[in-house]
Amino acid sequence: MSMPSRESSISPAAWMRANLFATPVDGAITVIMGGIIVMIAIPVIDWALLSAIWVGSDGSQCRVEGAGACWPFVTAKFNQFIFGRFPDEEQWRVISVFVLGGGAIAWLAWPNAPAKARIAVFLLMAFPFLAALLLAGGVLGLAPVETNLWGGMLITLVVAFVGIVASLPLGVLLALGRQSELPIVRLVCVGFIEFWRAVPLVIFLFMASNMLPLFFPAGVTVDKLVRALVAVALFSSAYMAEVVRGGLQAVPKGQFEAALSLGMGYWRAMVLIVLPQALRHVLPGIVNTFIGLFKDTSLVYVIGLFDMLGVITVNLTDPVWFSAQTAATGYVFVAFIFWIFCFAMSRYSVRLEENLGQSRGANSYASLR
Amino acid sequence: MRFWGGLAVALVVFVGACGERDRPAGEAPDAGAPASGGTAAASAGRTLDAVRAKGFVQCGVSQGLPGFSNPDDRGNWTGIDAEFCRAVAAAIFGDAGKVKFTALSSKERFTALQSGEIDVLSRNTTFSMSRDTNLGLDFVGVNYYDGQGMMVRKNSGVASATELDGATVCTNSGTTTELNISDYFRTNQLDFDLVAFEKSDEVVAAYDAGRCDVYTTDQSGLYADRLKLQKPDEHMILPEIISKEPLGPSVRQGDAQWADIVRWTHNAMLTAEELGVTKSNVEEMLGSPNPEIRRLLGLEGAFGEGLGVSNEWAYFIVKHVGNYGEVFERTVGLGSPLQIERGLNALWTDGGLQYAPPIR
Repeated sequence: MSMPSRESSISPAAWMRANLFATPVDGAITVIMGGIIVMIAIPVIDWALLSAIWVGSDGSQCRVEGAGACWPFVTAKFNQFIFGRFPDEEQWRVISVFVLGGGAIAWLAWPNAPAKARIAVFLLMAFPFLAALLLAGGVLGLAPVETNLWGGMLITLVVAFVGIVASLPLGVLLALGRQSELPIVRLVCVGFIEFWRAVPLVIFLFMASNMLPLFFPAGVTVDKLVRALVAVALFSSAYMAEVVRGGLQAVPKGQFEAALSLGMGYWRAMVLIVLPQALRHVLPGIVNTFIGLFKDTSLVYVIGLFDMLGVITVNLTDPVWFSAQTAATGYVFVAFIFWIFCFAMSRYSVRLEENLGQSRGANSYASLR
Repeated sequence: MRFWGGLAVALVVFVGACGERDRPAGEAPDAGAPASGGTAAASAGRTLDAVRAKGFVQCGVSQGLPGFSNPDDRGNWTGIDAEFCRAVAAAIFGDAGKVKFTALSSKERFTALQSGEIDVLSRNTTFSMSRDTNLGLDFVGVNYYDGQGMMVRKNSGVASATELDGATVCTNSGTTTELNISDYFRTNQLDFDLVAFEKSDEVVAAYDAGRCDVYTTDQSGLYADRLKLQKPDEHMILPEIISKEPLGPSVRQGDAQWADIVRWTHNAMLTAEELGVTKSNVEEMLGSPNPEIRRLLGLEGAFGEGLGVSNEWAYFIVKHVGNYGEVFERTVGLGSPLQIERGLNALWTDGGLQYAPPIR
């Protein structure tokens, strides 16, 4: 929907007449929809702001009749929401990782920023290892922090980031393999993709936490988080492969043949000619997969890892904070945080599409979303 | 280091290469890894040795059950089940902090114990015959006698379940709760309407909205859910308990010494309460002439040695965690928001079921 401010030459009244009350039917729809929006908005605002409880040291302050959201619950659990049970004195490590990763991403998102290529290489190649080093510790004098102490936003971002960073290259390789002329490679890739795509992620997570430990020999345990990360990375790369395949099929075969006729080999033709076009075609699909993956991270709750949602869910069982509104408050807060992340990703992809010089037609699709 | 080792092993396994599967049995496990005897293969003494070697007890708790195991504002696990784990750590190390918690879903809890991921399962698990005999684990005691109860509005004037003729009852669908309540009403020849919901939050909401007169689930859950109602004070829990849900800690089958340690941790907490030994007076009690107290606190006899721990084991439990009554009151009892009465969990001397064999 376009905003009145865009057409600055028209007065608000004229804009409303043109867009909202052009015909009697339009007017009736506007009034009815406006009424519905007001009817929903008033109780929501009342609950979230006006009747909400803002200060309190436990749930008893929220156990009042007619009380709205119980925000002190969120404040009290905020540290857990960000860090999980990461030890207080080590939390600077998490913050450094957030700042480094967030800074690099912001740099890449900044239009006309210099040295973007170097930052991208850092983010995809060096940062994951640096982050793992900082977070897990156990080397360079950093105290080890076991992953069962990780939680909240930290887990959400770790799982999502690993899934995203691993799934794109793996997905591209799988998509190329699926189109390969070598039967073994093609068979393996098709088998992999169809297997991981046809089984729900929750089942993989359950298998990773319930079955794998019984198969390992005595004394060997694999960290729960690592099991989840591997499952999520493989799962999302199967999805990514199909998205990328769509892009590959949209690139005319002549492009590849022309590249070969110029003397390029398979890989150079793919990397320099075909993939840049293919990935540009399917950028919305790729970001869509990323957003889906980001939200799927909540599933790690079923294997006892506490992501943002998990931290809130488990803390809802703290009897100190029981009240009629505690659960609703917690869930609304988590939903809001998820929305911020996903909306930011979606806007970034729109910008990226515009910058990559997609046709004007693509722009109009973007503004619809 | 578990993280890095885990990463390496996971890669090896997932890629499908030949991993460490052929590791010789009997090779000592890594210092950081939990001890394991594989499925039900723990041999006597192995668990204690491994726990000593790694320096902490790995304890399986729930993913959050109010008053039993739930995180506080700092993220520390509290609750009667979590405190029990601390007591086991105190008995072994003299330090209640040497325990690490693993949050387990109800589906993965037994696997975690069988595979050696945890040493003790203290996760509001009902002690039943099929679980004790079929799952490769041993229940070592009952630290909370739960059972299905009923909640009604105070202004309904009902004081006992036998007055509930013609009542509408809300419960979870497809659980034993539903079966138990039907059986109870039929046995007592009372008329009733059953309204069943899929999720417990829906049941609470329906009861709060007045769709039914009675809400039934396990009694500990009733006390917790009462605080989620709009006006908690206007509801009461009826005295009747209509099913048996004894909740207790369990250990892997086959390591009798480890089972003894966990079993006697619970017994020591009960004995301390019975003898009036508390967290605050345990130092004075060291000077008590009472022979039972002297045996409990390790001043006479060598009871700790028999367990494979120090003779002050029970002293450490009481000093660092407290006796059973203290733990009960501060986690689920009158010192907690849940306000659960001792009821069946009172000591046998007060008309309850908690009874510890003597230490002598």
